[in-house]
Amino acid sequence: MTEDRRNEQQRHPWGEFFIESAIKTCGFSAIIFVVLIFSFLFREGAPAFWSVSPSNLFGTRWYPTFGLYGTLPLILGSLLVTVGAVIIALPLGVATAIFVGEVAPHWLREVLKPLIEVLAGIPSVVLGFLGMVALSPLVRQYLHMPTGLTAFTGAVLLAYMSLPTIVSVAEDAIDAVPKEYRDAAYALGATHWQTIWRVVLPAAKSGVIVAVMLGIGRAIGETMTVMMVTGNAARMPLEWNALFMPVRTMTATIAAEMGEVAQGSTHYHVLFAVGIILFVITFIINAVASLVIIRGGPKRGGRLLG
Amino acid sequence: MTEQAKFLIENLTFYYDSGPPALRNINLTIYPHEILVIFGPALSGKSTLLRLLNRLNDLVYDTRMEGRILLDGEDIYAPGVNVTELRRQVGMVFALPIPLPTTIRGNVTYGPRLAGERNRARLDELTEQSLRAAALWDEVKDRLDEPANALSGGQQQRLCLARVLALQPEVILLDNPTSGLDPLSTAKVEASLQTLKRDYTIVMVPHSVQQAARIADRAAFLLSGELIEHNIAAELFTRPQDKRTEDYITGRFG
Repeated sequence: MTEDRRNEQQRHPWGEFFIESAIKTCGFSAIIFVVLIFSFLFREGAPAFWSVSPSNLFGTRWYPTFGLYGTLPLILGSLLVTVGAVIIALPLGVATAIFVGEVAPHWLREVLKPLIEVLAGIPSVVLGFLGMVALSPLVRQYLHMPTGLTAFTGAVLLAYMSLPTIVSVAEDAIDAVPKEYRDAAYALGATHWQTIWRVVLPAAKSGVIVAVMLGIGRAIGETMTVMMVTGNAARMPLEWNALFMPVRTMTATIAAEMGEVAQGSTHYHVLFAVGIILFVITFIINAVASLVIIRGGPKRGGRLLG
Repeated sequence: MTEQAKFLIENLTFYYDSGPPALRNINLTIYPHEILVIFGPALSGKSTLLRLLNRLNDLVYDTRMEGRILLDGEDIYAPGVNVTELRRQVGMVFALPIPLPTTIRGNVTYGPRLAGERNRARLDELTEQSLRAAALWDEVKDRLDEPANALSGGQQQRLCLARVLALQPEVILLDNPTSGLDPLSTAKVEASLQTLKRDYTIVMVPHSVQQAARIADRAAFLLSGELIEHNIAAELFTRPQDKRTEDYITGRFG
């Protein structure tokens, strides 16, 4: 058998080399792309940091036509919508994951899991459309707002967008909890709910946290849906009812204004600077998520006390 | 004899999925304050039988059971039986020690707290009692609030035993509890079992025939889901009635 294999290799010495190089190229191209994207973003965005004064760039007013490039309302708008989305999606997603992983009977689980995956495949513009014609009239009518295009509307839609990510990752983590933990808990006279709440969830904690982090990452970078339903008013969301007022996010700003801006102008560079800020925020979130995974150890979902 | 039987297993047949039965027409009586050892080669249904005694197999999909299991004369599979209560009465220790992801103290008091015990003094007392009975107290008394994962394998297994004892069960089921233990820890666990049988009824799947012969009061030999023979240990291991039992304990197969 080793004889055969050696003959095989001798017959195709170039085949091996070719395939190996092709695979290597594919692998390295991913790294090169990331570096290229980052350097491009930096080249286009960095000039904004010295052509616009910091007090202007991080000011509270965004009126590019008047040379006011305050990105603070955009950052706060993004944060408001994202935090709102997380507050809705976290309990909903974790509860769904528990139901799918622990409570639902076998046949229902087989139906639910692919359905949740399908939810992840809905194009964001379709969700935005749904938000415009179905959700925002309801918000306007029942909350007695002048407009239904608010941060809240965006948060609800984003919550549903990040739900599939949260559910499937959290469900994997719950599924990875060793069966022996459950047996041990049941054998100690724990009820079904006690087993879930006091053994399975603590053991799956790090995986569930990662699920939520990934969900946040998905929500904060989302553009199309929020552009369609949040009203796009670049104002400081500081009032007590800011969640139910229109806001404008970083992503929506870039998408809406990039098409009309003169290339190379200050406005153009500032938009890229907004992109850098967004990139830094998502980078931090992803880094924290990775840290949590590493701290959870290779036996993910294994322990409660780091 | 029936009156004083702890467990009475009658005509028990058990199926996983739609395959052949994992247990076939088992009839077995377990008496209080004895160590009954259920032994046999792999896949003979020992663990299945053990898990039926506290209804842990309820959690497995697609199973079917015929026959009855009586605990103190009550059918434990009768409708309306409180399974949680049953599992507190019939505690179980597994092959792999699985400390719950919390402290040593947290592991021992876990069961009682689930059962609603909140009194700190009572919990502390239970902790000490159970750890002493499992021959672990002296090794851990100064670090009860450290993570249970930091204990050695042998200590973890004795912790799992203590955890079950803290529930003050009537019966303790042990599924190969010394499989991962070194000889010294094994000896400690076996010694504590000999003490424990004064207060409890013990049903155990042993690690080896030698261990079975060492600790059993009575022994039952299972082969491919059938109960071949059961008897007082001294009899069964010296004068087996069935050829297959003899072949197995003399090491001709298995």
